[in-house]
Amino acid sequence: MKVKSPLEVYKFLPQTNCGECGFDTCMSFAAQIIDRSVKPTDCPPLVENAKKDKKFEKKLNELISLTSPEILEVEIGVGDNAIKIGGEDVLHRHELTFFNPTAFFFDVYDTMDEEQIHERCSKVVEYRKFYVGDFITLEGIAVRCTSNDPEKFRSVVKKVSEYGKPMVLISMNPECMRAALEEVADQKPLIYAATEKNWKEFLQLALEFKVPVTVRSKDLTILKSLAKTFRENGVRDIVLDPVTEPIGDGLRGTFERVIQLRRTAILGEDKDVAYPIMITPISAWLIEGDEITKGYWETVLASTFIVKYADVMIFKNLEQYTVMPSVILRYNIYTDPRTPVQVEPGLREINNPSPDDPVFVTTNFALTYYTVESDLTSGNIKCWLLVLDTEGLGVEVSVAGGQFTAAKVKDLIKETGIEKKVNHRYLTIPGLAARLQGAIEDETGWTVLVGPMDSGRIKGWLEQQWPPEKKE
Amino acid sequence: MARKFTIEEFFETLKKYNVEELEGVRIEGDLEIEIEPGSGIDANLINAVAMLSNYMQLIQEFGNFLYHANMALSYLQRLSSALGIQMPLVVQPQVQPAVEVKPEKIPEFKIPEKLISAKFEPYKVEYPGKIEEVTLGATRADGGTRETTVTIGGEKSLAFYTFDAMNEYMPAIAIDVFDRKPMLAKAVREHYQDVLEDPAEWAKKAVKEFNADLVTIHLISTDPMLEDTPASEAVKVIEDILQAVKVPLIIGGSGNKEKDPEVLEKAAEVTEGERVMLASATLDMDWERIGNAAKNHGHVILSWTQMDINNQKTLNRYLLKRVGIDRNSLVMDPTTAALGYGLDYAYTNMERIRISGLKGDTDLNFPMSSGTTNAWGAREAWMIDSPIEGDTPWGPRELRGPIWEIVTGMTLALAGVDLFMMMHPGAVAVLKEWMGMLQGIVKESIENVDDWITMEV
Ligand code: SF4
Repeated sequence: MKVKSPLEVYKFLPQTNCGECGFDTCMSFAAQIIDRSVKPTDCPPLVENAKKDKKFEKKLNELISLTSPEILEVEIGVGDNAIKIGGEDVLHRHELTFFNPTAFFFDVYDTMDEEQIHERCSKVVEYRKFYVGDFITLEGIAVRCTSNDPEKFRSVVKKVSEYGKPMVLISMNPECMRAALEEVADQKPLIYAATEKNWKEFLQLALEFKVPVTVRSKDLTILKSLAKTFRENGVRDIVLDPVTEPIGDGLRGTFERVIQLRRTAILGEDKDVAYPIMITPISAWLIEGDEITKGYWETVLASTFIVKYADVMIFKNLEQYTVMPSVILRYNIYTDPRTPVQVEPGLREINNPSPDDPVFVTTNFALTYYTVESDLTSGNIKCWLLVLDTEGLGVEVSVAGGQFTAAKVKDLIKETGIEKKVNHRYLTIPGLAARLQGAIEDETGWTVLVGPMDSGRIKGWLEQQWPPEKKE
Repeated sequence: MARKFTIEEFFETLKKYNVEELEGVRIEGDLEIEIEPGSGIDANLINAVAMLSNYMQLIQEFGNFLYHANMALSYLQRLSSALGIQMPLVVQPQVQPAVEVKPEKIPEFKIPEKLISAKFEPYKVEYPGKIEEVTLGATRADGGTRETTVTIGGEKSLAFYTFDAMNEYMPAIAIDVFDRKPMLAKAVREHYQDVLEDPAEWAKKAVKEFNADLVTIHLISTDPMLEDTPASEAVKVIEDILQAVKVPLIIGGSGNKEKDPEVLEKAAEVTEGERVMLASATLDMDWERIGNAAKNHGHVILSWTQMDINNQKTLNRYLLKRVGIDRNSLVMDPTTAALGYGLDYAYTNMERIRISGLKGDTDLNFPMSSGTTNAWGAREAWMIDSPIEGDTPWGPRELRGPIWEIVTGMTLALAGVDLFMMMHPGAVAVLKEWMGMLQGIVKESIENVDDWITMEV
């Protein structure tokens, strides 16, 4: 966005501090706009005024354009399943955050066996990967026209649309594309792709059916010309495909094109290329080798461009060993670095513990927590894990800094009701918090055991220490 | 240059996995019998059989029999339902030529005759700073016994932004060797099974078979919690490795704060002249003693901090100013977290460090090293399947593990890492191949890059 400080936004606001937006002051609302957590239209008086008065309308529109993202945000699909791509503002995630995670589309083609189409579509629909307390899912399905037969393409696209996922329609033949759009244009698929050869027909299609369109060229001047032509003729939703070359110098070239496009859009303020970028890891299936090699390489391509600026991708491989690393990498790169790196404090039940099983306490620093949690889970250790709110700090630091205290442990024991869930009073604290042993015992009345320095050693430690010898 | 090791070759080497347990599900023969050549076979069926045989190949290449057997069985079920579909005598409908559109209802839009021409002018970026060049290893001419040396750093642009400035050195890869049997994921252990007891042989294998540019020997047996091997005893293995391989060495301790300074000091003494890298000095250890050991014996020091750019600055400054380490003898390890387990922090921390260095921060313009082997700590890399109910099954773990290491390494390569410490030979091969391409060394491309659009695969 063009403005950098809340003050610049404040000028455009009513400055009445009415609080209708949910913030106490216009200034704090302005700060939220800079963070992109709210939009100008979230201020009701501003919208009301604009409706009544042309002058205010102009002001609002000016603010909207000043605060809109550098890269155009494009929506594919409709309803609950619709996804947004693009909308980015920065080149490096620490400068703010990346916003809309790369959307993943998995392909089917119209000469594919019906059974197989069904199987692949179902896999996309049903995909679930548990991560950081949530299930990651896949966005959509790309349908390729391999028959070059409009009627065939039409019928297969129609079938696929019944799965309710956003779609990318792939055919260079405008007649085939038209047939498909006649069926599913109302679902707002992304069409792929307008090139130097077919752009007139595709421009007609994009205007007629009001769907987002991909423009495709290896030559960035042609790509920019395509985008500009489409834009100036009334197409708003454009996606740029600089052509993915899977290996060798071609890959190096692809890398260069993607970075030049995004950098020139953001730093060079070239609005004609400020659109979402398409990358096609499926191109890996053109290389020599067996399925595993191709699947691996597809992930290599995906990873390269998840890190570097791709907003939408087309994949072939639906095997978990390649899908999983891609969805996790995407999650990591698009995690907002501004939010503190912590997890929800409270009680976690690991491996269905019984009242006899041990109780551990750890911090809510995400890294510590996930390490401990994964060590316990994977070690098949049945236990209760108390997660202490240390304000997102690790054990060592929070013990030293006073965020990990006996009093807080006592409160946590009370809040979680752990006393009713276990039939013993033994609490194991991290080895790095050993110095709090006495204090926690005094505060809680529990017997405190000092665990190992590293949660990776809990398993061995338990063999020695659990169940503890009763002190009568 | 060493022999090029392609992914395919790597997968070739994996073919020696045991597959006996699969005998029960090897039925390609049967299937073939069912099909009578020339009897109007459904294309679907041929497809399905072809896919099955591909799948069998996959099964034969990778172990973990039980798991695969299950997958193969469910695959067979799906296949039989495909077989259940009537085999039509008629072949699929012929592909029809594109039909002409009925021009009736098409709304009128003004379509221009020509593209609006708009020249793309790439935005240029130049940085004032340059990352220091650090050379590891010393040949006879320089007082050592290495046959090769490795130089890292020297960047004037972000990683692989060759269009901003050509960076002379490609990142290097070291393979980890341990002085006692460590805990290793099965998929890694399999490749080192025969050398786990013999660090010198291990190092040899890493270099000869797996193409390591350097070898890292971790003296973990010195850990007081393990064997507590005395420093003078532990360093003997270094001499064996110096004999066994002729690439530069990195020497690591056990991570024990009290013991490491003594161990690394001893290691620095016995490798005088070899220009090894001592791994590592940290803020909570006697960094001064480790730093001095590096300085006094002409080695490189690895400055290791825990994902904190300010601590990295502080430790670097201590080593440079207080110890007096040369600027060409310092490498940083800002800490590597695995994909899914903090990779985002590791990535951003390194990216920020690199950008600061390029912008001219002389406390941070040093090459970076990554303990990429950490990727194997992620449960997705080694666990047999998801412990979470409702998760889509994870698939064969011998395929997940290497890719976890690859993706972790790639991500950090893009953040600016110059030196990787890795373990899985397949991951090493893929990362090298990919870096070679981005660096412009591996050139061979594909001509028809549009073919995926219409391929029937
Ligand atoms: S609703 Fe608008 S006018 Fe009211 S406090 Fe919020 S920003 Fe200010």
